[in-house]
Amino acid sequence: MKLWRWLWLAVTLGVLAEGFHVAMYVVPPDAAQGNVQRIFYYHIPSWAGMGLFFAINLICSLVYLAVRNRNHALAIKADSLAVASAEMGVVFCLIGLVTGSLWGRAVWGIWWTWDARLTSTLVLWLIYVAYLLLRRFAAGPQMRTLAAVMAIFGYVDVPIVYMSTRWWRTQHPGPVFGGAPGSGIAPSMMPAVWWNLAGWLMWGIFVASLRYVSQYREEVKEQEAGLAALEAHEIKAGR
Amino acid sequence: MRPAYFLLHLKKDLHLEWRSKDAINSMLFFALLVVVLFSLAFDPTQDASRKIAGGILCVATMFAAVSALNQAWARELRNQVLDALRMTPAPGAAMFLGKAIANFLFVTVVEIVLAPVFVVFYNLHALGNAWLLALVLPLGTWALIVNGVFFAALSIRTRNRELLLPLILFPIFIPALLGMVMSATAILTGEGDPAMWIKFLAGYDVAFTTLCMMLFEVILHAE
Repeated sequence: MKLWRWLWLAVTLGVLAEGFHVAMYVVPPDAAQGNVQRIFYYHIPSWAGMGLFFAINLICSLVYLAVRNRNHALAIKADSLAVASAEMGVVFCLIGLVTGSLWGRAVWGIWWTWDARLTSTLVLWLIYVAYLLLRRFAAGPQMRTLAAVMAIFGYVDVPIVYMSTRWWRTQHPGPVFGGAPGSGIAPSMMPAVWWNLAGWLMWGIFVASLRYVSQYREEVKEQEAGLAALEAHEIKAGR
Repeated sequence: MRPAYFLLHLKKDLHLEWRSKDAINSMLFFALLVVVLFSLAFDPTQDASRKIAGGILCVATMFAAVSALNQAWARELRNQVLDALRMTPAPGAAMFLGKAIANFLFVTVVEIVLAPVFVVFYNLHALGNAWLLALVLPLGTWALIVNGVFFAALSIRTRNRELLLPLILFPIFIPALLGMVMSATAILTGEGDPAMWIKFLAGYDVAFTTLCMMLFEVILHAE
């Protein structure tokens, strides 16, 4: 298991290095934006990562709710993976917001605008930070159920947020938007997209797997401690 | 014939509130304070106040409602009432619905009392269809209350529950707040069409009411 992890890390670092090389030196600069556009190769993978990990979080939360009373081992695994993926998704979301902001400063001349996509991403980030806060504030096994419910609420809210912010901004068109990347990209730039997409997703999976293992061990330990306390109590009571 | 379970819960909550009047009084005073504070802080002209009044009314209601929602389930904790309720054969969804309707009525009372004060303080004179507000406010309030009652029940057994409720409620509520503010502003300024936002609010209400009713049983019996 350990060997595989090291191998995975080595391959990830290799892919990331190659991704950096291709993005910075191989593909041509953007016709309109010049070299600033290269941040796009880091921007897109973070959105892909965010989408992937929030989806994993939802699936794990649903699995947890479905099996929590029947298959305890699986439930703990699902819950641990839900935490790991939510944290990873929040990190990717933050990276996406920051890289987007840097790009916006260079191209639009401003760090931030209340455009539909930006606003809905920020709200998404807030929702999942709230999810992580709930996990911190609540204690014990009931917290996992509550968090899983919150995850479902958060995920349902995502399309609604997007729809509302899009309407909000179509009524008042933003003054600076219109040069959005992603509305088609030259084929010569695609290698940089693919390498970085692969590299960053692999990196995300690596970090999330580490986090998953630590969370899983913690939850198992917590449960064993609880069982031991219960047994000690029963012995003391003479049952 | 026995009345529906949610009516029993509703009646109980209305009785409690009628005797103590805790929630309505605190909400009313809190919302009044927010209205006064905003008015002093921004000192708006009549034109400007038309643009911001919708937002301020919604935000004031939101803050006031959260202060009362924290108490909505907390009063059931005394004497283990909540545990007793969990053991009754009534479905959790009925309990939730009763509680949500009760709190919705409290907040509506606050809004009705507050509205004239608001009109006076902000020199308001709606340029659009003012009666449409009678549709927007209940829809927005229900969106707030249905999520608020749900998340208050969710956070009741956590540490710092009074702090946690707004932290988890507000991000989820953002789209409805946007809908409420945009339609109220459209009505007050007479610019733009509020119909789309009203439909959006209705859709939001349906989606989240369904979700809350479905999942309430889960959080009620979370162990």
